[in-house]
Formats: sequence, C-alpha cells, structure tokens
Amino acid sequence: MDTAHEAPIITFSGVSKFYGDFQVLKNIDFSARAGERIVICGPSGSGKSTLIRCINGLEAHQSGTITVDGIRLGADAASTRKVRSEVGMVFQQFNLFPHLTVIENLMLGPVRARGMSRPAARDLAMRYLNRVRIPEQAEKYPRQLSGGQQQRVAIARSLCMEPRIMLFDEPTSALDPEMINEVLDVMVELAGTGMTMIVVTHEMGFARKVADRMVFMDHGEIVEVAPPAEFFTAPKSRRCQDFLQKILNH
Amino acid sequence: MKRFFLVPVLALLLSGCSSNWGWYVVNPSTKAGWTNLSFLLSGLKYTVALSLTAIVISVTLGLLVALPGLSSNRWLRGASRGYVELVRAVPILVMILWVYYGLPQLTGLTIGVFWAGVIALALSDSAFEAEIFRAGIQSIAKGQYEAAYSVSLGYGDTMRYVILPQAIRRILPALGNQLVYMLKMSSLVSVIGMQELTRKANELVVTEYRPLEIYTILVLEYLALILVVSAGVRWLERRMQTDERA
Repeated sequence: MDTAHEAPIITFSGVSKFYGDFQVLKNIDFSARAGERIVICGPSGSGKSTLIRCINGLEAHQSGTITVDGIRLGADAASTRKVRSEVGMVFQQFNLFPHLTVIENLMLGPVRARGMSRPAARDLAMRYLNRVRIPEQAEKYPRQLSGGQQQRVAIARSLCMEPRIMLFDEPTSALDPEMINEVLDVMVELAGTGMTMIVVTHEMGFARKVADRMVFMDHGEIVEVAPPAEFFTAPKSRRCQDFLQKILNH
Repeated sequence: MKRFFLVPVLALLLSGCSSNWGWYVVNPSTKAGWTNLSFLLSGLKYTVALSLTAIVISVTLGLLVALPGLSSNRWLRGASRGYVELVRAVPILVMILWVYYGLPQLTGLTIGVFWAGVIALALSDSAFEAEIFRAGIQSIAKGQYEAAYSVSLGYGDTMRYVILPQAIRRILPALGNQLVYMLKMSSLVSVIGMQELTRKANELVVTEYRPLEIYTILVLEYLALILVVSAGVRWLERRMQTDERA
C-alpha cells in the first residue's frame, strides 16, 4: 500500500474479526510508516474503532496477522504487553482513574509497567503535564477537571509511557464544543514532534491540517485511502462521496 | 390519665428490686455482682478475636474465589460458582459442628475450639464475600481495564491498582454488614465450648438462675460492639470518599 523505503511500523495483512456471526473487519490490509499521521473516518459501525483497538490488542482478531514494531500480536500475553508499552491510546470517554490524582494517573504506568522510581516518574509526569498545559492540576482528582482538561490528562498519561505510536479513538466526541480545540491543539502539537498517530475522528479541519493519509472505512472494509488534498476534493468511491457530503455540509 | 399507669409500670421495670428484675446479680457495687459482670465481659476478647480473625480470612478467601469467577475461562468460572453454591448452602451451625467434630476425623488433625470456630465462620462467610466482590468488580466500567492495559499494566497490577481500589469503595457498606453479621454469628461457636460472650452468659445463667438480666447484658454487649463497628465503617467510608470528592 505504501511505497516508502522504510519498513512499516504497523502492518495488517488479511485481518478479519467477528462478533459471533457478524464480521466487523473484513480482510483488512493496511500499513503505516513510523512518523506517519493517519486519520480514519467512516460512518458509525464501520469498524474504525475496532481497527485501532486491534493495534494494541484490546480486541483480538480471528484471522490474518497484525505486526506492530516488529512484534506479532496475539502470539502470547507477553508480546501483547510489549506492544502496549510502545502504543499509547486515548479514548472517547477519557477513562482516567477516578480514585487517583492527576499526577498519580500519569505515574501509574511508568512506575508499575516500566519499573521507574517514583521521583523519576513524577518528573516525567510533570514534564508531560506541562506539555498539555495543565501542570497546576497535578494534585486534583479527575472529576474536578473539565472534559477538555481530562482528555489532555489522558493524552499526557499515554505520553508518559513514551510510546512510538499514539492511537486516538474519537478523542473529541464526548467533549462540549468549546473544549474541542484545546484537545486538538495538543494533538496538532504532538503531530509536529514526529509521533506516529492513528486518529479516528470526524474533525475534518484537524484531518486536513495534520493527516498524511486519510482512510475511509465502511461495513468493516477499507474503502478508500488517499492524501487529504485528494480525499476531500476528489473522493473516488460513491460511499466515500456520500459520507463526506453528510459530514461536510451542515 | 392513662399515662399515669405507665409511671408505676416503668418504675417496676427499671427498678432492680421489682419481682421481675433482679439486677443485683450484675450489680458492680457488690462483690458477687462485680465478679459476675467481669465474668460476662471476659468473653468480649474472644468474640472480637474470633470475629476479626474470621473476617480477615473470609475476605481474602472471598476475593480469591471471586476473581476466577470473573474469568473468561469457563472451568475457572464453574469452580468459583460451585464453591459459592456449596458453601452458601451449609448452615453456619452445621458448618461449626462439621469442622469441629468432622474435620479432625477426615484429616487426623485435632483443632482447638478457637480455630475450629474461625475456620467454620470464615468458610461460611467467604461465599458471601465472594458474591459481594463479584458484584463490586463487575460494577467497574470496562474502560478502566482498557486504560490500565493501554499503559501496559498486566492483569495483577490492573486489579490491584485500578479495579479493586474502586470496587472496594463501592462495596464497603456491604463489607461492613458482613463484619456485623460475623460478630453476631460468632455466638454460635459457643456450642462447641468457645468461651466467648454467649457461652459466658449461658454458664452464668446456669449458676445464677437470672436469665432475664444476664441475657439483657448479653444483648447490650453485642449492641455496643456492633455500634462501634458501624461507626468505624462509616468513618472509613467518609475517609475514602473525600479522597475522590475533595
């Protein structure tokens, strides 16, 4: 699919996934290079969330192979954990740990999974809280923060694992409109650092600005892959044209 | 006018010298009364030690039974379910008799009354603790596991640092309830001769023939104990909640 000389950091080949009889992913072939920013869009139920949840093994697949940073997923629990230490994930519902303060949310992974000392983890956590511009909230509990702040904490929590790949599963869909930009700004900034990013979103302004490639999914298939310039002006498939019509004209 | 009848009735009930009441039997100002009262109170430490030891074991056991019950492996789930159904079906008194008289025959080891009581109470209660833990753990949103797994935590760390701290906060009132229940059920261990509160009261009744006063004291002893436990559990609940809500 991509012609770059470097080996892809994520490869799906012939991946299928079923929920019972229902096939959510149909023979997916897909790959991403290190540093690439990919935006996945498509109607709800098209399998886009399922696709990115397969990348860090939150969903198991039934056939085909997924390789992330040279590690094949699904072989055993240890390789899944290895992949997860390389892949950060940001969820629609933030999923912060409500019983821990912001700084403890950030430190848990580094201390428990990376074996970092608490002082070192605290320094690291403060560095990333600064980066998402809420260092003053370090000692608060998640419920004391606004949605936008919570999502920025969630991004910082993932970054504390110093991942090579960041996955975003509709990161702004649960936010009030006035808070969407503060989260997108952090994501744009992250894109500028060369992080590999796979983003499921309907924020097309963001997609135009940062995406190297757009992926359109429908009914469990990848229907179209194109650079944003081409994707937005001259979508090839009928399904993609219909979808863009619906989300761009309102 | 009718109310005036209450005055002599109350006076009769409350006075130690009425024909119904004989408080002299536990009157601390007399030597014999003081001896009796301290005899009754001397069971307190056994009731407390028995109940606390049993609750610690039963909570631990309950958790160990609940976790496989939430597994995706159906054999583990079946084993957990089987344990709960079997243990829950045995009346506590029957369990005490079985552990004290039956278990030594089976294992060849003799067990003292204290440990027989602890084992029986802990086993009986563990099935209920397991169900409480299962409900608590199931009430935690799936997203919490996913977030923990995404920062590369394994199953053990996810449970220990993310799921259980939240689940335990939610089930604290139910756990407090079980502790109260345990304190009350420990009275049954008197049947195998454990010198706890109820046994002491029974023994004193046999020599003093004042069941009304002695069992009233016994009621008050359990009441005091349980009020202390309730206050402790409520304090713990408040403390754990301010963590999140401050």
